[in-house]
Amino acid sequence: MSIVKAKDLTFEYIRRDEEGNVDGITTAIDNVSLDIKEGQFIAILGHNGSGKSTFAKHINAILHPTEGTVWVDGMDTSDDANVWNIRHEAGMVFQNPDNQIIGQVVEEDVGFGPENMGVPTEEIWQRVEESLKAVGMYEYRKKSPNRLSGGQKQRVSIAGVLAMHPKCIVFDEPTAMLDPNGRKEVIRAARALNDVEGITVILITHYMEEIIHADKVFVMDKGKIAMEGTPREVFSKVDELKALRLDVPQVTLLAYELKKRGVNLPDGILTKEELVKALGL
Amino acid sequence: MSIILDHVSYVYDADTNMPVKALDDVNLVINDGEFIGLIGHTGSGKSTLVQHLNGLMKATSGTIYYNGEDIYDNDYNKKELRSKVGLVFQYPEHQLFEVDVFTDVCFGPKNLGWDDKKVQLKAYEALKMVGIEDEYFYQSPFDLSGGQKRRVAIAGVLAMSPEVLVLDEPTAGLDPKGRDELLNKISELRRTTGMTVVLVSHSMEDVANYVDRIVVMNKGRIMYDDVPSEVFKNYKELEEVGLAAPQVTYIMHALNDAGLKVDCDVTTINEAANEIVKALKGRK
Amino acid sequence: MLRDITLGQYYQSDSVIHRLDPRVKLLGTVAFVVSLFLSDYFLGYLVAILFLAICVELSTVPFKFIVKGMKTIVFLLIITVVCNLLFTTGTTVVSFWKVTITVEGIRMAFMMALRLSLLILGSSIMTLTTTPNNLTDGMESVMSPLKKIRVPVHEISMMMSIALRFIPILLEETDKIMKAQIARGADFETGGLIKRAKALIPLLVPLFISAFRRANDLALAMEARCYRGGEHRTKMKPLKYRKRDGIAYGILVIYIAAVIIVGKFGIPVGGFVW
Repeated sequence: MSIVKAKDLTFEYIRRDEEGNVDGITTAIDNVSLDIKEGQFIAILGHNGSGKSTFAKHINAILHPTEGTVWVDGMDTSDDANVWNIRHEAGMVFQNPDNQIIGQVVEEDVGFGPENMGVPTEEIWQRVEESLKAVGMYEYRKKSPNRLSGGQKQRVSIAGVLAMHPKCIVFDEPTAMLDPNGRKEVIRAARALNDVEGITVILITHYMEEIIHADKVFVMDKGKIAMEGTPREVFSKVDELKALRLDVPQVTLLAYELKKRGVNLPDGILTKEELVKALGL
Repeated sequence: MSIILDHVSYVYDADTNMPVKALDDVNLVINDGEFIGLIGHTGSGKSTLVQHLNGLMKATSGTIYYNGEDIYDNDYNKKELRSKVGLVFQYPEHQLFEVDVFTDVCFGPKNLGWDDKKVQLKAYEALKMVGIEDEYFYQSPFDLSGGQKRRVAIAGVLAMSPEVLVLDEPTAGLDPKGRDELLNKISELRRTTGMTVVLVSHSMEDVANYVDRIVVMNKGRIMYDDVPSEVFKNYKELEEVGLAAPQVTYIMHALNDAGLKVDCDVTTINEAANEIVKALKGRK
Repeated sequence: MLRDITLGQYYQSDSVIHRLDPRVKLLGTVAFVVSLFLSDYFLGYLVAILFLAICVELSTVPFKFIVKGMKTIVFLLIITVVCNLLFTTGTTVVSFWKVTITVEGIRMAFMMALRLSLLILGSSIMTLTTTPNNLTDGMESVMSPLKKIRVPVHEISMMMSIALRFIPILLEETDKIMKAQIARGADFETGGLIKRAKALIPLLVPLFISAFRRANDLALAMEARCYRGGEHRTKMKPLKYRKRDGIAYGILVIYIAAVIIVGKFGIPVGGFVW
């Protein structure tokens, strides 16, 4: 079943100068159509300014299409009557860990979403406990978020979304401000949600190594979908990725260089084990 | 011309029952014209260390010499030190405040008391160095893209004509394109000016291709201090302290373990490809 | 360091005082503050001191920790004492140069210092034993009758709790920007008033921009988590009165009565009734 579907989605915003006069129109998303199935792990790649974050905000009904339609679980995001239902089915984790935690104690923050949804008190506690356990932050439930590392804060944010029992979580560059350890923590948590809880994950990032396990990858450029396919299919096209100035995993790049030097290798090698095997060692 | 850190320690909350040793007996010599990568994970003490280099933080014990002079001497000119050792903080675009790009870059040199002509000349040179074109000079810094903002902020420090440039996580939050552009720019800058550059990062991958020497910090101490290929030989130990050697190192070791005799010291993709081709030919 | 500010900080423990309903503590603090103005004589204060001492003891917060938070108001205290000493007219005790110190002055200075210290100590007991969130919940509940006259009670308490959450973050940020500008040769310490005020621009502009950016991000994050004001909301930690809260209210009433009664008696010492 389709959880997020976009048809001919276009989003434009009007730029204004200091006096408020119209300066021009920017097309952030340009005629995008895609269909994401329930339970998938989807990655959306692209540069800053490629339109990927703007797209993400459509899934949560924070932005509405200028043209075209976005459906979340069959609900049209342009219909105001659907807004709250959409927001509780499609949760969102943002980039800056400090700017999305509302509570001053970890457990209170996780309870914020359910509180807003009018969940009864006892069930809130149950959900908070489950969510914190799912991201491995249960032992920190009484701590102040200010005392946590970046990766831990993001895991709290994930738990906060999880407690709303969404069908789908959009991660908008959740690791951009983290160090390598924090990045691993967050990606591990996201993958666990997908594997164990069956929640659809839409991961927006510019780190290649985070998307190797995705079911499907969309590469965005200038508001359009420039490439789509499985990670292997996408990474097979090293030249195209390079033209978009995106990173390619180092192994894939090495295999690509070896091929150029006449070594016989298949396209889209993603791990060092695959390389060792492909070289017949 | 060098910076020498002699048994430098720094303790947070020394007067409480929970003192934290941010720096623990650090000895380090930064020679003139070197390009150094200072690596460590969050909380390893690397940011604390760089704030000592220009006297922003004062060591709890130990001494720091800049060009042979003790910077903790009472009559030492701290302000001059701060202009000689230019420190670019994390997310430096967060300190931009002026109405236009050019005026913002002038802020640093103006504080040094230079005359207007020199200030403007230095600001102009600095903006050119980081690759900001004239058309942006009179725009508000807040209208620029993320990567541009960051370069303007770096120019703000460069305009003070530092002899040593220290950059704390200069690529944090940039996308791959912005990251590569910035690192290439810094590398080019160093080539053309001969400036000493210290690049602070938590990513080996980012710095491996650029620097001549890597200093690894862990728990406030210096763990390794050597040329990149030597440091990466300790990839297993690096892993244990939450750091990772570049992917290439792992690949080469995996190939070696699988029976292909390759030199595991290579650090770039190109070297690795050449090395593998050579080894494959040797087998045939 | 800026992050060391302890005024109003929560001290984690599990005492009787910690477990009291925040509404009891809020109303109790108000009652305590009022009680400080009910008695004219020292004996009344003695009751207040005794009451406070018992509360401190029950709260299990180390006295040293409470006093540490008072450091910030020492200056205020000194000014109060000096002003009262110098500007109260009455029977002269000593007189030198142009300064006259009177018995009334000494009495006033002493009383005011005592009143102020008790006031701060009393309210810090509340903040030390109540998590800020609990406190804002309590306030929301205590002020809820005001909803009838269209005071946005929920919004006010939400604003307060967000402010409390972001103060440490913004302080840290201030520290960082300040250092960054010092690295660019900025000077925040020397020069006259105007020069110093001007020197703050490179600090304040980035700080405001950052605060607005954070506010914007936070608003988005709250909306994404279905926040739409106080309507339809349930509470994770609803306030519920327990037996101990009833007892606490009882004790408060007894205390107020004691202050009023005891406060009517003065002790004559040094030609004056204390």
